[in-house]
Parts: sequence; structure tokens; C-alpha cells
Amino acid sequence: MAMTARQRARTSLYVQLGIFVAVLVALAITIDWATVRTAFFQFESLGGMFPTVITVGLKNTIFYTIISFFFALGLGLVLALMKLASFPPYRWIATGYIEFFRGVPALLVFITFGFGVPTAFPGTVWPTWLVVMVSLGLVAAAYIAETLRAGLQAVPRGQYEAARSLGMPGWRAMVTIIIPQAFKIVLPPLTNEFILVTKDTSLIFVLGLAVADYELTKFGRDGILQYGAGITPLVLAGAMYLIITLPLSQLARKFESRAAKAKR
Amino acid sequence: MSETIEEQFQAAGVVIDGLHKSYGPVEVLKGIDLEVAPGQVVCLIGPSGSGKSTLLRCVNLLEQPNGGSIDVGGYDVTDPDIDVDAMRRNVGMVFQQFNLFPHLTVLENCTVAQQKVLKRKKPDADRIAEKNLAKVGLGEFGDRYPDQLSGGQQQRVAIARALSMDPKLMLFDEPTSALDPETVGEVLSIMRNLAKDGMTMLVVTHEMAFARDVADRVVFMDDGVVVESGPAAQVIGDPQTPRMQDFLKRVLDPTHVEVDE
Ligand SMILES: Nc1ncnc2c1ncn2[C@@H]1O[C@H](COP(=O)(O)OP(=O)(O)OP(=O)(O)O)[C@@H](O)[C@H]1O
Ligand SMILES: [Mg+2]
Repeated sequence: MAMTARQRARTSLYVQLGIFVAVLVALAITIDWATVRTAFFQFESLGGMFPTVITVGLKNTIFYTIISFFFALGLGLVLALMKLASFPPYRWIATGYIEFFRGVPALLVFITFGFGVPTAFPGTVWPTWLVVMVSLGLVAAAYIAETLRAGLQAVPRGQYEAARSLGMPGWRAMVTIIIPQAFKIVLPPLTNEFILVTKDTSLIFVLGLAVADYELTKFGRDGILQYGAGITPLVLAGAMYLIITLPLSQLARKFESRAAKAKR
Repeated sequence: MSETIEEQFQAAGVVIDGLHKSYGPVEVLKGIDLEVAPGQVVCLIGPSGSGKSTLLRCVNLLEQPNGGSIDVGGYDVTDPDIDVDAMRRNVGMVFQQFNLFPHLTVLENCTVAQQKVLKRKKPDADRIAEKNLAKVGLGEFGDRYPDQLSGGQQQRVAIARALSMDPKLMLFDEPTSALDPETVGEVLSIMRNLAKDGMTMLVVTHEMAFARDVADRVVFMDDGVVVESGPAAQVIGDPQTPRMQDFLKRVLDPTHVEVDE
């Protein structure tokens, strides 16, 4: 066929556009828009959810995220250092931990700590925040450990040698020279990790909760039963997650471009 | 202003005796004997891969020797019970790649170990760092970050950083090899001044003019052994062994293109 590469590319573009428009038109015709609106977008019926969906739900989601994330950050740092240790048993323990918690669903860990611990140790009643912090933190720590390990290894070996040559003990070289540099490197992936933890706080719904401990998803699910507005309450909860996560991904992108610039 | 007596360092010497170092099955140092008397400058020369860096790094235990002994200013470095950090506090090291801390300012590069290792108070550490930065001609650069400096300036900061610990011995591993030709001179002239001040120095270098002018003794290494050593004028001016003659021809002959690193 007598078609240049450019013509071919243009034809292909038109074909793709055509399919896209066709799908949109088909959806517009077949979908019952009135029903969609009552099922998903009946926000006018949700007056009763305010302001608690923000003052309790959004607040708790943020609170659970922060405590879980920093618990995971501390534990993850210990695991990362263990993984880089010269004493083999440290490495084995860290590797075992990381493989285990990356391999099991977070939901199982939640159920274990929410229901298993009180059953196994009668009388121990963990407050909700502690269950959340430990369950989410243990899982996130496994991912964060790998991120931090990569970051620590990305700092050139000469930095460590220079620090040691100045008489710094190994731990001091780590704390003062290596970790601050590694931290800059891992800031973008850590921000993404933070976003994942934010979303995973929704797993709390499996626990029996006092209203004061509700977070966004629990609010959404209860709202479905309460307001007869279809799943609009969940759409509202989703929008609130985006209020947290979108600026964070923006931030991660900014860190990334700054890191790329610094490397240049 | 001349320096007070307290500010003058006390030089330490190095005595290396029968040093062996292997990486796995590969023997890199095959029994090295070498002595640097207190206050002396010894230049270590030799072809790439001959083990010069390895030897230097054994002296402050960045590499663990497999045999022989190294005495640094009275410390037997090869004794497994020595306080490695205490030994290193007295031994300055300057690397080919500078290895400045990029997240710290020039001044902080020179104060961080003073404060964290020697436990000096910040004003004292600042004063000492500023004195040494002035000594390397960078008194005005304390607030900058390393990536805002040229290679030559970075290497001068690295020297000031090492000097701020009041070392009794300085190790240099090809300090000018990573530099643009026009900045090599500024680093060498600082090293000349250091030598004049009486610092004990062990210098790996390809700068023959520097070795000839500054070194008390030159040691030529090849393939993990010391092939020739003696006064600079003798080793460089009147080499005895064919290997040394061949090496000198390659280093000094400008028409010979040496692809090195
Ligand atoms: N960590 C290591 N593991 C294995 N082999 C090594 C290691 N470090 C150095 N070597 C080997 O030891 C030999 C000597 O290396 P060394 O760096 O001491 O040479 P050099 O004289 O400093 O060379 P150059 O002039 O290129 O810096 C080389 O063959 C090198 O490949
Ligand atoms: Mg070398």
C-alpha cells in the first residue's frame, strides 16, 4: 500500500478516536441516567452526614494513617538496617519478615489483631487505634523496609568510607551521613507508601467500632443504610480520600523531579 | 600570624612490615615493606592495578590486611583489639573522588566530625574549620554546598575537612586524578604547603613533578610488590629496574597515550 508512516499514524489516530466516541455514545444511550443519579450522586440527601464525616471520619482516617505510617517507618528502618547488616541472622530475620508480610493480605493481619489477639489473650482489650497502628504498620513496614534499603544502598560507598575515615563509628556514619542522604532519595516512594496506607485504613470496617472511631469508609457504608441515597455516601467518602491523596501524589511528583534535577 | 605550639600537630610515622592482602584467591599485596618517618612525605607510584590504593586503604583499615603488620604512630593497626575509630581520628584520608558530604555545607563538612567525634563545641569547631578553609584558600566558601564548587575546590575542602581533625598522618589516594588539568595545580600547591609544615604524608600519585619536588622518598610498586624505593631524585632520575624505566617512559612521554581509568 502506498501509505507513508505519517499517514498510517494519522489513520490509526482517527480509528482510535472513532472507537472512543462510539463507546461514549453507546454508554450515553444505554445508561438510565436518572437511576445513576439517584444511586451515585444524591448528595442533597446527605445533609445528616455533615459535619461528622469530616470532623470524625476524615480526621480519623488521617489520624490512623499517620500513626500507622510512622510506626511502619520506624520498624521499616530497623528492618532495612538489619537487611544490610553483616551478621547473617539479622539478614535472615529481616528477609523472613519482609517476605511474610508482603505475602499475606493486610485484611488477614487486621482480623488477626482485631479478633485473634483478644481471643488468644483474654482480658487484653486493645483500643481501635492500637489495632490499626499495629496491623497496618506491620504490613507497611515490610514495603517501607525494601524502599529504605534501596535508598541506603543508593548512597555511594565513598560517603560511608569518608565518614569512617574521619573517625565516626559505623552507627554515627549511618545516622549523620548516610540516612539523611538516603532519606532524600526515598522521599518520593515513601510518599506513595503513605498514600497506600491512607487507602488501607479503610480495612477497619471489619472491626466492630464505636462511632467515635469511624473513618471514612465506615461512614460511607453506614451512610448507605441510613440515608436511602444509594451508594452516594461511598462516593462522598471516595471524594474525601482524593482530597488527601491527590495533593500527596502531586507532592511525590515534585520530590521526584527535584531528585532528578539534583542527580543531573 | 604564626601558629601557637598547641596548634602544631605532632607527626606520626608509619611502619609497614610484610603486608599481605588478598581478595578471595587473588593476592593483591604480596608482602610490602614500607616506612614513612614522622614528618616525611612518601610518594607511592606504579601502574594501574598494582595495589597502591589497597595499600593505602589498609593503613587506616578501610581494607582488612590478611598478613603482616602496620604500625601507625604507635598503634598496631593489625591488632584485632585496637580502637579503630581512635586510630582513624589521627589519620586523615583524601580520596580521588573527594567524597564530600553533599547534604552539608562546606563549613559543616569540616565541622561535623569535630563535633560528633572529637566532641568539640560548635564555636571551636567553626573556628578550626574556618582556619583550615582559609589555609586551602576557601575562607569565603563556608556557606556553599559541595555541588556549587569546582572539582579543585571540592578537593581542597576535602583536605580542609581532614585537617580539621588535627591528623598526625595524611593519606592521599590520587587526589588530582579526577580533576581538570587547570585545577590540579591548586591542589598540589596546598599539598606542598602541608609538606612544608611538617605533615607526615603518604601520597599515591601520578604527578611525577610533585613526587620529584616534594617527596622525601618515592616507592615504586608493581603487581603487589615494591620494585624500587629510595630518594625521589634517585628513583625518578636514575631508575634501576626495567619495570620502573618502562613505567616512567609511559608516564613522562607525552606522545604515549595512556588509557588509565
Ligand atoms: N574490593 C575488591 N575486590 C576484588 N578485587 C579488588 C578489590 N579492590 C581492588 N581489587 C583488585 O586489586 C588490584 C589492585 O587494586 P588497587 O585499586 O589497589 O590498584 P591501584 O594501584 O590503586 O590502581 P589505580 O592506579 O588504577 O588506582 C586490582 O587488580 C583490583 O582489581
Ligand atoms: Mg587506586
